[in-house]
Amino acid sequence: MNVVETGMLSVLGAVLGLDVVSFPQAMLSRPLVAATMTGALMGEPERGLLLGATLECFALESLPVGASRYPEWGSSSVVGGALFALPSATGAGALLLAVIVTLGWAWVGGWSMVQLRRLNARWARQRQAAVARGSRRTIVGLQLYGMTADLARGALMTAAGITLGVPLLRFALPRWSVPEPVTLGVLMVLAGVVATSATHKVFHVVPGARWYMMAGLALGALLLGVAR
Amino acid sequence: MTATAVLPAGTRVAIFFRMLAIQGAWNYETLVGNGIGFCMEPALRRLPGGPHGEAYRAALARQSQYFNAHPYMAAVAVGALARAELEGVEPARIERFRTAMCGPLGSVGDRLMWASWLPFCALVALLTFALGAGAAGTVLTFLISYNAGHVAMRIWGMNVGWREGLKVASALANPVLRHGPLHIARAGALVAGVALPLVVQRLVGGGRIVQGEILAAVLVGGFLVTRRQGRVEAWKWSLGVLALFALYSVLR
Repeated sequence: MNVVETGMLSVLGAVLGLDVVSFPQAMLSRPLVAATMTGALMGEPERGLLLGATLECFALESLPVGASRYPEWGSSSVVGGALFALPSATGAGALLLAVIVTLGWAWVGGWSMVQLRRLNARWARQRQAAVARGSRRTIVGLQLYGMTADLARGALMTAAGITLGVPLLRFALPRWSVPEPVTLGVLMVLAGVVATSATHKVFHVVPGARWYMMAGLALGALLLGVAR
Repeated sequence: MTATAVLPAGTRVAIFFRMLAIQGAWNYETLVGNGIGFCMEPALRRLPGGPHGEAYRAALARQSQYFNAHPYMAAVAVGALARAELEGVEPARIERFRTAMCGPLGSVGDRLMWASWLPFCALVALLTFALGAGAAGTVLTFLISYNAGHVAMRIWGMNVGWREGLKVASALANPVLRHGPLHIARAGALVAGVALPLVVQRLVGGGRIVQGEILAAVLVGGFLVTRRQGRVEAWKWSLGVLALFALYSVLR
């Protein structure tokens, strides 16, 4: 991947990283959207979609609730989408490696967001007197500083992720030895387990939700049988 | 207190767009406080003396202090506080209102948007994918459905906040806010059940592996993980398992 491609993807990662919290929280940063958009940008929308759908199963568990630390899916999904759209990244091994890089980078991205929040706090503390005087310039400035820093954070995360991920993929893929069906099976079982437990975690407090899920499973199994 | 204030359409539009960036300076000390002041600023320009007046500066300073709310539901506070400031409500009352609204606006928004609407829309999009939709169809299904709710919530919040002013707490008893999470969660559970086997089928692909075995493993694994919920996040240990599996595959 050349510098221009990395730069272009970093811009996308910056915008999608910004969407996670700062602006506009329209969920463009969800892996289903971010990985698919990246794949489309790289000329491989279907591969992006495949990765995005797999990642979304993992992402169902982490919701962006308030002050908690959660994975940063925006820039990390751009990294994963870029890796899986590489011409050499074919097969289940490439998909699994792209998932690992995305999950790991989402975790690091969550840490980077905590650092950004601390930086925002430091800026706010330094300008406390001006805010208390009702300085429009300071209050608008704090918002703009925060968003600019978040944009830069997303761009750096994406560029660093691609710089580290591409050689990792190039090293690991030719050495991948587990047969394709087993690799895919392991990945899909884990994605399915996380999605199932996440759905239960989110909805179990609602009376009757588990029966709705059981009914859905029965319907899904029926549709699967019809499809076969 | 002065007569009922008026908020022109242009100011409302400016506030709406600023609300999309309400968390731009989010931090662990004032949380979304600076964002509240930032969003209300266009309305505060209408205070006596305009943007250079003492009333404007005092109100802007007051509204930029600590505040906590769900980012979409913060629109309710922005609307209500803008009206209170423009009607000249005494500062002590405004402070009490700000303190009282933090908790409800956070919990109602978290329940409705993060714990219901977001997973529901993601599951619907996954079902669309499982039924054979392409990249554009799947992504648009998610973005359109999610953002219909998202934008509607922000607009409703600002309007109801402005209309009710400091009496807006009663609006939080709206049936959609009270019963919405219940119905969305049930629908979400149903969609999750339908989507799960079909998503696995599409991701695995026909004939390449025994789908039944994978589905059985998912159900058993899901049950076991559910039993241990709260002790560890499943996506984190999945990352560990996948990394070990990749190491085994590359190094053996």
